[in-house]
Amino acid sequence: MIEDFPMQQIINEDGAIVDSDAMNDISTEQVKSFYYQMLRARMLDKKCVNLQRQGKIGTYVPYEGQEAAQIGSAVALGEGDWIFPTYRDHAATLTFGHSMRNLLLNWRGRPEGNVPPEGVNIFPPGIPIASQLLHATGAAWAEKKHGSDRVSLVYFGDGATSEGDFHEALNFGSVFNIPTVFFNQNNGYAISVPMKRQMKTKTIAQKGLAYDMNCLRIDGNDVLAVYAATKESVDRARANQGPTLIEAVTWRYGAHTTADDASKYRDQNESETRRETTDPLLRVQRYLQTQNAWNEDWLKTIEEDITDEIETAIAEMEAYPEPDLRQLFDYVYDRPTWTIQEQVNQHLAVQGEE
Amino acid sequence: MVSPAVNTKKMTMIEGVRNAMDEMLKENEDVIILGEDIGVNGGVFRATEGLHEKYGEERIIDTPISESGIIGNSIGLAANGFRPIAEIQFLGFIYPGFNQLMTHATRLRQRSLGRFTVPLVVRAPYGAGVRAPEIHSDSVESLFTHMPGIKVVVPSNAYDAKGLLITSIDDPDPVMFLEPLRCYRSNRTEVPDGKYTIDIGRASVLKQGDDISVFTWGAMVMDTMKAIEKLEEEQNISCEVIDLRTLYPLDKETITASVQKTGRAAIVHEAPATGGVSNDVISLINDTSFLYLRAPIQRVTGFDTPVPVYSLEQDYLPSAAKIKAAIVNAVNF
Ligand SMILES: Cc1ncc(C[n+]2csc(CCOP(=O)(O)OP(=O)(O)O)c2C)c(N)n1
Repeated sequence: MIEDFPMQQIINEDGAIVDSDAMNDISTEQVKSFYYQMLRARMLDKKCVNLQRQGKIGTYVPYEGQEAAQIGSAVALGEGDWIFPTYRDHAATLTFGHSMRNLLLNWRGRPEGNVPPEGVNIFPPGIPIASQLLHATGAAWAEKKHGSDRVSLVYFGDGATSEGDFHEALNFGSVFNIPTVFFNQNNGYAISVPMKRQMKTKTIAQKGLAYDMNCLRIDGNDVLAVYAATKESVDRARANQGPTLIEAVTWRYGAHTTADDASKYRDQNESETRRETTDPLLRVQRYLQTQNAWNEDWLKTIEEDITDEIETAIAEMEAYPEPDLRQLFDYVYDRPTWTIQEQVNQHLAVQGEE
Repeated sequence: MVSPAVNTKKMTMIEGVRNAMDEMLKENEDVIILGEDIGVNGGVFRATEGLHEKYGEERIIDTPISESGIIGNSIGLAANGFRPIAEIQFLGFIYPGFNQLMTHATRLRQRSLGRFTVPLVVRAPYGAGVRAPEIHSDSVESLFTHMPGIKVVVPSNAYDAKGLLITSIDDPDPVMFLEPLRCYRSNRTEVPDGKYTIDIGRASVLKQGDDISVFTWGAMVMDTMKAIEKLEEEQNISCEVIDLRTLYPLDKETITASVQKTGRAAIVHEAPATGGVSNDVISLINDTSFLYLRAPIQRVTGFDTPVPVYSLEQDYLPSAAKIKAAIVNAVNF
């Protein structure tokens, strides 16, 4: 079965083009912009790990290594489309327009963190594994019923394919021909459990066959392959040709979260050596070098810009007003029930307004 | 209780949990553990650390991420001779497995008139106050006390955890074993070597007192004890504190005896008020001790809101101020 799903690639590990036709539609400027997006996400990710170590944010979920998968896919969407991230997909949400400040607030345990800018359709990150897949089909189904051509894209990991919700979402998607792209990031592990212990199939892409769905397997570290495959799937969905399951094969360098010790279940040296062969940024850098389009001054400039952007966002996060307990009560129902009203009053009577 | 001949060791609650499983795995080949990341990784809270090496992957089983799969398979395994211990990584993730618990685990005995039984223990960390991400902190014990056919146990220290877990594994019926996250490493108690049991359905009187009975469980035991220590220093009020330890079935004798002695009661829990287990305690007191009461029964609980993200969770959790206010209200009524 694995032969039926060869890994689609445009740029290989050495930065060489292996699918030159695909490059007809992609300019060097666009490749540089992908690099910029990936660097921005990576620098933010590293900063977040530091902030967690300093106790400025809570437990954090890093994604370093998965930038190409998240960014190539998010860029393929259009305005008004929907994305449904997991807890790990800030590179995608950042690229799709989430504010950096709110992303940081999210990890500081602030409810504002889940709020995307007005008009940007990003759901709060799915925490219970696979639950968000059905929201993605639901939202896209609604778009279809409204007669719009907007689509949804949902992120999930390899482990998520073991949950019932994954299968139920694919089934709904195919039965009702819903314009959704199911975007799997196969990073080889679900916390400590390697893929071979999660499923017997060698690919995740093949699971789409059971739902008679377009399904493909791509090199998730190749931002161009991710972009091209997602764009094609998005176009199909927009044209009412139904959902697609994309398996993007990728790798996460670090632990599952900052509370997890990856050395217990996987060889960290192996993970580090993979930087040479699978790093999504390095590969684009190598490509740009072959095109004589790589420039250290440019790199320095964008690094400085991104550093400024991150520092500003951190300052905003730190200066953000203290959380207001009323947020808790005001948003449970449209109008607070008497039980809640009474509870607020009792709380204030004892604890005061502060 | 602990006889002098038995060696004891100071342990955290998580060590008590692990120690209980180790004893039972050693004693009975049919005991197996299933869950996410419980094998090589030893569980995200390290409850199963070392057990995989010791007992192998046929008994300490890393499963795919599938709570329905874990609980559903455990039902079949239990009905067919095994004694599975299913770990749900956080209680807030049990919902995909809820159907299996509600429609099968809890009623297989009754539906088959005893032909099939489900000696299953479902373990799950739960509760707020450790700055975990959303949904990891849910305190939904009453979802299970409302399920006929399952028992609900909540230890708050290592000694209780070990004894209660051993009893739960030996129990012929399903047991929901809820482990308050905040207690995992925050206290140490002396724990005897080897096997000992604590009956399900027995509360523990942590402190004798005359003016009011305070019932609590889980992580709120620590907070309640602290609040009361302060209160007793500051005011002339003597509190009896009872860790219920089992939420279904409740310890009717202990609750009744205490309320009839003190004439007042308060219940402290972190779950939302409405539908909370406190209501069952109140109802029990009403049935057994109505005429002994000198004041309305007080409740100190979480709010009827989802457990918030961590910047607000301290406001959500019952505070010392609220516990004290409730007690003072009752005593001054
Ligand atoms: C329903 C549910 N069960 C368990 C968990 C705990 N948990 C959080 S992440 C995770 C592993 C997810 O693996 P995968 O789907 O491969 O995504 P990745 O984290 O690798 O991106 C688990 C078991 C959860 N969040 N939700």
